[in-house]
Amino acid sequence: MRTKLILFATMLICLLLQCSLLPAISIASITPNLMIIFTVSFGLMRGKRSGLILGFICGLFTDLMLPDLFIGLRAFVYMYIGYFSGYCYHIFYDEDIKMPVLLTAAGDFVYGCLFYITKFLLRGRIDLIYYIRRIILPEMIYTILLTIICYRIFLLLNQKLEKMDKRSVGSFV
Amino acid sequence: MTYKTGVAMKKNHIRSKTLLFILSIFSGIIIILSFVLDFSVNPLNYAAGYVLAPLQSGINQVGGWLSGKMDYFEDNLNLVAENEKLQTQVDELTVENTQLLQDREELNSLRDLYALDHKYESYEKIGARVISRENAGNWFSMFTIDKGSDDGLAVDMNVLAGAGLAGIITEVGPNYARVRAIIDDYSNVSAEISETHDTCIIAGDLSLIDDGRINLVKLDDPDSKAKIGDTVVTSNISDKFLPGILIGYITEIHTDSNNLTRSGYISPVVDFKSIKEVLVVTNLKQNTAE
Repeated sequence: MRTKLILFATMLICLLLQCSLLPAISIASITPNLMIIFTVSFGLMRGKRSGLILGFICGLFTDLMLPDLFIGLRAFVYMYIGYFSGYCYHIFYDEDIKMPVLLTAAGDFVYGCLFYITKFLLRGRIDLIYYIRRIILPEMIYTILLTIICYRIFLLLNQKLEKMDKRSVGSFV
Repeated sequence: MTYKTGVAMKKNHIRSKTLLFILSIFSGIIIILSFVLDFSVNPLNYAAGYVLAPLQSGINQVGGWLSGKMDYFEDNLNLVAENEKLQTQVDELTVENTQLLQDREELNSLRDLYALDHKYESYEKIGARVISRENAGNWFSMFTIDKGSDDGLAVDMNVLAGAGLAGIITEVGPNYARVRAIIDDYSNVSAEISETHDTCIIAGDLSLIDDGRINLVKLDDPDSKAKIGDTVVTSNISDKFLPGILIGYITEIHTDSNNLTRSGYISPVVDFKSIKEVLVVTNLKQNTAE
């Protein structure tokens, strides 16, 4: 329960940063996507189930904070991103930075394309190459940079949480 | 022992798949609902905004303080040069201003004679601070301001920054309001060329934001009177934008292939990259048009 609360609080902090601090450090008006980093990191470190639940909650809250998409679409996408990151839970070591970077990049790209399709392509803005070049790819690269920093922090947090869980289980027995 | 963990894992596996399925359907339903009902301001959203807006403005202040400190040194060098330039400008403007004041007095008295109302001076405005630039998703140009319905704001109120039109309020909570900038891809403003009184539409476009331009489309100008440098203001026709607010100046204009309308680009007077304080006009167009 405490773990869940801490995870939820972490998500809220990330959401706040996403809405206030990250736009302030945006380069060429491109803001990295911290919420995807959060989803991928914890999916990778805690498995499919946690990944999909965290992704869903994460997406839902982002939808509510930034109502620029259909509400629920982000929840849907983030949930799958978290779920597929969870697939790599057993295959890769937590400490390896390559996997989260790769997964965030893929997740962010898919998210960007989906956003473009739902909000721009359907309104007749057909210049896909421009949007990929100007928004989707830069966002991906900036998000990767941020992943390298944030993943370490999330990793530390998760190690603390797992230690705490073990201790509480031990005391219970 | 190994068998047990195997079973646990398998059980976990199935459960997460079921969960994925259930949540997929759930989010599908929400998407369809939000698409059909278009609840841009739902209670949850409202609650989230209510709780998060003060936090946001707190973080924003810290961020502003930090970037302020960084800018301080950089700015210092430019300031001296700028100060001199501005001083001369102040002198020029003071002279011009006194002249204009006299002209306005004269205009007012003439208007009184003609029994015209003092259209634009009577707009009531309140100042607000931008607390969050919502290009958090990179695709839209929206921002949040730190005043809401408690301060008398409502949806569809016009937002000015400096001399020109910045956007329109699309959502309002007790202590925050969201503003859609006119450069946003979804924004369309009914406007007119103030020199020729021809109407047109100012349509935001994401791919033009980098150039600092906005689309000007459907200019009904059969005689090709509009020219580069003409002033574009909001028109009387719009049901949301108050008339006569400055938007920008024409930078490029050409005739469409249908030979009926013209289109081009304008450059807005508002600098959307560094927007910090805004003025909200508390008069609503729907109410002022009697």
